[in-house]
Amino acid sequence: MNHFVDFFLSPFSEFIFMRHALVACLALALGCAPVGMLLVLRRMSLMGDALSHAVLPGAALGFLVSGLSLYAMTIGGIIIGLAVALLAGAVARVTALREDASFAALYLISLAAGVLIISMRGTSVDLIHVLFGTILAVDDPALILVASIATITIFTMALIYRPLIVECFDPGFLRSVGGHGATMHFIFLALVVLNLVAGFTALGTLMAVGMLMLPAAAANFWAKQFWSASLAAAIIAMISSYSGLLLSFYMNFPSGPSIILIAGICYVFSVVFGKHGSLYSRHKAGGHLAG
Amino acid sequence: MGRRRLGISLACRRLGARLVIIGIKMHAITLNNLTLGYERHPAVHHLSGVFEPGSMTAVIGPNGSGKSTLLKGITGILRPLGGSIDRGGLKTSQIAYLPQMLEIDRSFPITVLDIVILGLWRDIGIFGGMKRDLWQRVEQALTTVGLEGFEARAISNLSGGQFQRVMFARMLLRDSPVVVLDEPFTSIDAQTTLDLFAVIQRWHIENRTIIAVLHDFDQVRAYFPQTLLLARDLVGWGATDQVLTEANLLLSRRMSEAWDESAAVCEENAA
Repeated sequence: MNHFVDFFLSPFSEFIFMRHALVACLALALGCAPVGMLLVLRRMSLMGDALSHAVLPGAALGFLVSGLSLYAMTIGGIIIGLAVALLAGAVARVTALREDASFAALYLISLAAGVLIISMRGTSVDLIHVLFGTILAVDDPALILVASIATITIFTMALIYRPLIVECFDPGFLRSVGGHGATMHFIFLALVVLNLVAGFTALGTLMAVGMLMLPAAAANFWAKQFWSASLAAAIIAMISSYSGLLLSFYMNFPSGPSIILIAGICYVFSVVFGKHGSLYSRHKAGGHLAG
Repeated sequence: MGRRRLGISLACRRLGARLVIIGIKMHAITLNNLTLGYERHPAVHHLSGVFEPGSMTAVIGPNGSGKSTLLKGITGILRPLGGSIDRGGLKTSQIAYLPQMLEIDRSFPITVLDIVILGLWRDIGIFGGMKRDLWQRVEQALTTVGLEGFEARAISNLSGGQFQRVMFARMLLRDSPVVVLDEPFTSIDAQTTLDLFAVIQRWHIENRTIIAVLHDFDQVRAYFPQTLLLARDLVGWGATDQVLTEANLLLSRRMSEAWDESAAVCEENAA
């Protein structure tokens, strides 16, 4: 029995970096859940992916200037991420290219630029750290950063919940009542960028988007309303974080992929056994109702 | 004409007078030599005229004759290529507009009640809450369109006709002096059409300006005093029985077929 408890708790009670990583991931889970849900509902899942690559050259520039420094990489990531989001939106509005295509074009450019910048100064180990994260990097300032971003995210979402939801399902109506649809859209993209930046110290730029998308995609199978699905997504993200960190500790795996892989297992489980629209629920449904 | 028409118009005038007192202002929508279009090709060409306050106008014409384009111009979605629109001081956000192609995501997890309440945007805005009198108005709107008991229904579970009723309930709550409808009854069953026409009639009696694109000429003759017949250029605009003639319809069909890919820059009214 004691061994059992030891197995699940001792990594966190004995090692401060494990505690830091866990708290960071739990905070991340709270912020990412509603943002990820909206990405799924707006059919912008791949846009999140594109933005996560857009954060890379910013982080890389920060790395070029001051090595593996949290502040430089964070600020660089936020600036370049927002710039790409704005630029993609502008290209879509001014030219005939659709927003998803302009996002794809810009993220490929960003990814290439980011990898090149890092390889100019760093080693391939540095590159792996930036792309896939390292839990050893989660120190006190990183923790405060992640917690702040989670707080900002939740408060902002609560504040602009109404126009955000309307912009999501009926943008024409929001336009017709003068509801600042474009502003809401940009605030939302800014939240996506912030959460991706929050994720990359622990998970890496490539894996950060997994914390946004996988729990949200899985939560869709468990709850129907936006808020309840967001809650489900947060819970799934927390379970994945905890189990992923344990996995990475005992098996000596990199932390980012471990956490995201567990989230992926949660997703597959939900696809098969979820309450709404899963394989199992469709199979079980049987005959139709009388009225 | 005759006594019935007279009776209705008297009732209208009386109600209209009352509504002016309680605050519905009168706005004429004036088109001055208006040209609207896409990629410099005109879809509405040098159109001038006035939608009088409280008028009820059907916009008709063949496919591609610029009907929807005209509505997009009136509601401010499309900027004029030439000429101008004077909305009599009305903001575009005060015009209730039901587009033909809804951008609404029908699979979105939201209930009928939540959508209908959005019609109160002017009262509640981004942050405001619902008050008791607002709840009453929502209830009334739902009853008017025949959706009592549907409040908690998810919109993904509604039929096309039921969904159109939701859209009308939302427009009812917007309480706009001008209502613009783009083919509101295409692929809608007879009973729903009848019920929703009653709502439109009510708006008319309340002296709101109504502009609607329709395809069914019987509906136009039965309900709409005014008709605007469009074929890119104006064919006729006036009393329905004078505009909706065989000769005009034939003319409009012939005119709308002439779409020229390599058209030169229009010289008419050029400075």
